[in-house]
Amino acid sequence: MTKQIHLAAHFPGVNNTTVWSDPEAGSHIEFSSFVKLARTAERAKFDFFFLAEGLRLREQGGEIYDLDVVGRPDTFTVLAALAAVTSKLGLAGTINSTFNEPFEVARQFASLDHLSAGRAAWNVVTSWDAFTGENFRRGGFLPQDQRYARAKTFLSTALELIDSWRGDELAVDKAHGVFLRDPDAGSFAHRDDHFHISGRFPVPRSPQGRPVILQAGDSDEGREFAASSADAIFSRHGTLEAGQAFYADVKGRLAKYGRTHEQLKVLPAATFVLGDTDADAQERADVVRHQQVSGATAIKLLEQLWNADLSGYDPDGPLPDFDPVDGENTIARGRASVRMHRDPLATAQEWRGIAESKNLSIRELVIQVTGRQNFIGSAATVAERINELVQADAADGFILVPHVTPGGLDEFADTVVPLLQERGVFRTEYGGDTLRDHLGV
Amino acid sequence: MTSGPHLAVALDGVGWHPAAWRLPEARPEQVLTAGFWLDQAVEAQRGLLDFVTLEDTLALQDDPFNPSTDGTDRVQGRLDSVLVAARIAPATEHIGIIPTAVATHTEPFHLSKAIATLDYVSTGRAGVRVRIGWTPQENAHFGRRDIGTPRLADAHLGDQRSDIADLFDETADYVEVLRRLWDSWEDDAEIRDVATGRFVDRDRLHYIDFEGRWFSVKGPSITPRPPQGQPVVATLSHAIVPNRLAARSADVVFVTPTDRADAARTVAEIRDEQAKAGREQETLHVFGDVVVFLDGTTATARDHKKRLDDLAGAEYRSDAHVFTGTPGDLVDLLLDWHAAGLSGFRLRPGAVPHDLTGITRGVAGELRSRGLFRNAYEADTLRGLLGLSRPANRYAA
Repeated sequence: MTKQIHLAAHFPGVNNTTVWSDPEAGSHIEFSSFVKLARTAERAKFDFFFLAEGLRLREQGGEIYDLDVVGRPDTFTVLAALAAVTSKLGLAGTINSTFNEPFEVARQFASLDHLSAGRAAWNVVTSWDAFTGENFRRGGFLPQDQRYARAKTFLSTALELIDSWRGDELAVDKAHGVFLRDPDAGSFAHRDDHFHISGRFPVPRSPQGRPVILQAGDSDEGREFAASSADAIFSRHGTLEAGQAFYADVKGRLAKYGRTHEQLKVLPAATFVLGDTDADAQERADVVRHQQVSGATAIKLLEQLWNADLSGYDPDGPLPDFDPVDGENTIARGRASVRMHRDPLATAQEWRGIAESKNLSIRELVIQVTGRQNFIGSAATVAERINELVQADAADGFILVPHVTPGGLDEFADTVVPLLQERGVFRTEYGGDTLRDHLGV
Repeated sequence: MTSGPHLAVALDGVGWHPAAWRLPEARPEQVLTAGFWLDQAVEAQRGLLDFVTLEDTLALQDDPFNPSTDGTDRVQGRLDSVLVAARIAPATEHIGIIPTAVATHTEPFHLSKAIATLDYVSTGRAGVRVRIGWTPQENAHFGRRDIGTPRLADAHLGDQRSDIADLFDETADYVEVLRRLWDSWEDDAEIRDVATGRFVDRDRLHYIDFEGRWFSVKGPSITPRPPQGQPVVATLSHAIVPNRLAARSADVVFVTPTDRADAARTVAEIRDEQAKAGREQETLHVFGDVVVFLDGTTATARDHKKRLDDLAGAEYRSDAHVFTGTPGDLVDLLLDWHAAGLSGFRLRPGAVPHDLTGITRGVAGELRSRGLFRNAYEADTLRGLLGLSRPANRYAA
């Protein structure tokens, strides 16, 4: 059976894939930029709009990192405002469980779901670090080994609050003066090692019941968590082989929770560069990569692996001749990618091998080994590739990350989406009103 | 602008009277929809009001002045007011929007960027009313801290330590953190200097390094300085302790005088505290709160209120003065109190839409016909409407 593709639009992130130096690049904070991208996504019948999170300005070498876009708005506030200028598009926000309490997050998502008439989604992340915690009154109030356990119970507790209203409590009977059928509507009591809360949840059941739950963790625990509780996974396995392996793995975990394959959508993040021809797109992709990785950025990215100050190195020269500094990575703070270098020595060895065999400078090496675009080609090629990956069960769709704000999705919407629609693998109109309708979950 | 009073409306469900939802024209089944709130904000904007406020707590509605046996005869359930504000902002153009936030149980870092973002999505019309969360119900929803046994009555004890005074002192710290975070980016911090590859000038970003008795916050904010520089901060006060919070921290304070003399006394007390806080040079608007039941004649206004009281089975009571009568008579009262020192009024409509339009068309129209209210919006920002200049950044050299 031919699968239908799901697509989402990721607002360009606070990292080096976002090219702020492009003449077309607009504001990352003015609301008009968010409106523009969201309206493009809705015009193209995308499933949802997506916002990432970062609760402390990133630092490197003890200074605020200034080479990438810096600054972002509050997630809930922007999504609620976007609900005013869109009518079908899902609105997904990344909200972590460490610097919030279940009651307030449940109340915010339930409110967003009401205010958007059923379009709210929560990308649950469990990241924490003491560096970010310095911005919060509750930061660091738990010993390190308890933080992950708290994160796990956070989602279930928040959902328990949301579920405290069944949906049939409101009588609104003017004649008899009965607004509420049940005097205890919204009652909850929850006690575990982390939360000891009780009372009445103030938001009656929202249009979707529960917001759509997205999950982004890649660990075994994260995958299990997604299989048990999530409606979609924001994965980073966008290639055929890795995608298929990941897809099979997480879908295979669903049965033991009594869930079917359709109930969990696998949506890798994906970047793209389009061109009139495939060759044209390749050229453009190369230009974009050089915009994304300036000489200065290459040195900074290399420092994250080397865990050392490399400011004296020439980005057009060879790699440092010493090995990465062993021990806790302290050079860069406030970014997830640092934790991705799990074995810095092995990675450095691999990079050195590539650089030596191809005679690459630091900058050219970094361009090659970090963040190459997932889809490069003419609209026909990209449409074909996306469909292939979905039909081959490497994904159920993609969360697309444009590299220019706010117009970076326009070309995709205008050229790739119609081709997918012609093939009958992507909707030409929204079939329903809620994000659950769009995702079929 | 004229020398007349500022005028705002306090939105709370279908109105402040507990039986307002039972009137035929009320739309209680829509209180959880965006359209319900947008319609009220648009009506307030049509009347050229300065701003709307949105009531909120971290619990189900509870009206201690008009107690209910089990709450089933009242509108129950409400949405996060900051998100309601964000939802109505892009669909309005001129009116200020002031949601309510509870300082006691929330993160100042989150609220600071939320209100900064509200200021972006409203292009400069954001404010926030900050309140304490003193009830055991709200505290149990978080289960995070021991707030002692705060009693509202203790807020009248000026210099004596009490649990309620601690909550207000903590709120002053909280507002200080909001304000520092709003200033933590200088206006021109984003430089986009292609030549050097720098997006920001990090010398124009500032750690706020706040350390107080209850919490510490490092900063800078993740959100650049909002359009107004400092969004408007409001509080509600009935006593000396919250008066001090207002004097230290607020741009607007809502008070609840019972008559002209009480209004004059309250203003004098707040001005005194303002001087003690070293803020006598700064504008602190004192707005009088009045609950209003309006109609074309005094008799029909009384009928309107009596109908509601009969439905509720009790006479309506409030912390604020309750006015029942014509818009013209209300304007007489407001101007009398305005002369006593109140710079504006936040009217609480008894029932919506009846008393909301009574305010936006009746009261605003009556003031306008006397030459004491604007004929068109004269500023693009809430600070502008309130005569507040865009403040210098405390961290700018």
